[in-house]
Amino acid sequence: MIAGTPYGQKSWSARLVLLAPYVWLLAFFLAPFAIVLKISLSQTALAQPPYLPVLDLSVGWHGAVTFLRGLSLETYGLIASDPIYLLSYLKSLEVAALSTAILLLIGYPIAYGIARFSRRWQPLLVMLVILPFWTSFLIRIYAWINILQHDGLLNDVLMKLGILNAPVAWLASDTAIYIGVVYSYLPFMVLPLYATLEKMDRSLLEAAADLGCTRMRAFWLVIAPLSLPGVAAGVLLCFIPIVGEFVIPDLLGGSDSLMIGQTLWMEFFSNKDWPTASALAVALLCLLIVPMMFYERLQNRELEKVQ
Amino acid sequence: MRRGPSFFNVAAVALGLAFLYLPIAILVIYSFNASRLVTVWGGWSLQWYRELFHDAGMIESAWVSIRIAALSATASTVLGTLAAVALVRMGRFRGRLLFSGMIYAPLVMPEVITGLSLLLMFVALNVDRGFWTVAIAHTTLTLCFVTVIVQSRLIGFDRSLEEAAMDLGCPPLRTFLTITLPLIVPAIAVGWMLAFSLSLDDLVIASFTTGPGATTLPIRIYSEIRLGVRPEINAVCTIMIALVATGTIAASLLAKRSAVRRERAVLAAQV
Repeated sequence: MIAGTPYGQKSWSARLVLLAPYVWLLAFFLAPFAIVLKISLSQTALAQPPYLPVLDLSVGWHGAVTFLRGLSLETYGLIASDPIYLLSYLKSLEVAALSTAILLLIGYPIAYGIARFSRRWQPLLVMLVILPFWTSFLIRIYAWINILQHDGLLNDVLMKLGILNAPVAWLASDTAIYIGVVYSYLPFMVLPLYATLEKMDRSLLEAAADLGCTRMRAFWLVIAPLSLPGVAAGVLLCFIPIVGEFVIPDLLGGSDSLMIGQTLWMEFFSNKDWPTASALAVALLCLLIVPMMFYERLQNRELEKVQ
Repeated sequence: MRRGPSFFNVAAVALGLAFLYLPIAILVIYSFNASRLVTVWGGWSLQWYRELFHDAGMIESAWVSIRIAALSATASTVLGTLAAVALVRMGRFRGRLLFSGMIYAPLVMPEVITGLSLLLMFVALNVDRGFWTVAIAHTTLTLCFVTVIVQSRLIGFDRSLEEAAMDLGCPPLRTFLTITLPLIVPAIAVGWMLAFSLSLDDLVIASFTTGPGATTLPIRIYSEIRLGVRPEINAVCTIMIALVATGTIAASLLAKRSAVRRERAVLAAQV
């Protein structure tokens, strides 16, 4: 830390700067997780709130002891023994992994293409990629329902072109989920990739060409390795939220196999089983904690690099 | 030697943009369709917009959503800017790792987890759910986006201006208000707009944390979409898209104008 910075740590205003967001996040981001963890160790009950035990401090120390005795890992045993939950975790991982791979395949050429345009055009093209992200997520999924539904445009066009004889049920299928996920997350893949590709020194490519490297080889030997931080950021930025995705599979997917976000939603809203929903959330978080830590390290490293 | 984009580069960008915009364009066009059927084009018409203005439930939800978005965007812009200043300018402090973790985690945290955990806390605290709980939840969600945007602006600008002010005896708070704040205002404005649109957009977290009397627009649209495609929904969506597009384009034009003005001022100062 450089001495004499404007916000030296001793001044009261500096403390306030840090304290306000810190306290907010502790209260509304971290503390709720503690409660989820606690409820995942409880049992369902026909009560309000619908779980047991409830911490009752009005009876003093005794209340806390009864409360602790009431906690158990029973819900986790239930999740582990019922294949429905395991299958929806696997399905979520499969959808997330495959669609992240598709996103990388589609997003890389777009990001690379934008980075090759002249500096005058780049901001406009980047804005065009970001703009759909500003319009509602729900609207973008709804747009695809318009296209994919039974008497929708896709079937109409394909049949007029003579490719199809009868309409295909695109909706309520895994294909529709992949289309929706790739469509919604494309900006999240393109932007971090573009950010690394744009910074790259073009003279490196010229040097490779001067040394007799073909364009293709130069790409694999020079550009691809140098763009790895962007690839990592894009992959993590897509993969992690897709695993927990709810809206896309709910509106576009079928009802035969659910993703974990849907299962959690169902346990909570339809079955009113709060402990199971909480245990599913804890398990989902355990699954994602490693990629999330990678993502955070990446972010912090980028921050330190520029500082 | 400076090669421009190859054919392959141009094609990739063009196809990518077509993929991004075609579905939205189709949705907009069909909101003006006179026919109720999606595949049948019955000529141009504004009848779905007229029906929309008579849909009291939809208008009420839009109003709820706008109020929540304005409130939570303002709160998260204040808190997010403070967090960005703390992260960029305070170096190492006790609890920094936890702090930056709490800033970056919500960016990728699945919404079902955030929504569920906030709801369970509101229940545990015995808080009546509705307008305020959704606003708090959205502030928490959008805070980190503001932080990331403001942070990148804070990193990018010239520190010597602040140092000069401090050397001339300007107290830290005044330095921040007179030097730092005006310089990062564009980023703060963009952060506010992003927070506003994210809040306006959110379905999952709002569904968990809402209560009676606070049905937001996405919650209402979602329940309608589940019943199938309706031209009125296309009309709502078109209005939202038009608002967002106008806002974004206006903001980028403003940013460009202020950049040009700044450049001129610098040039004038050098002469």
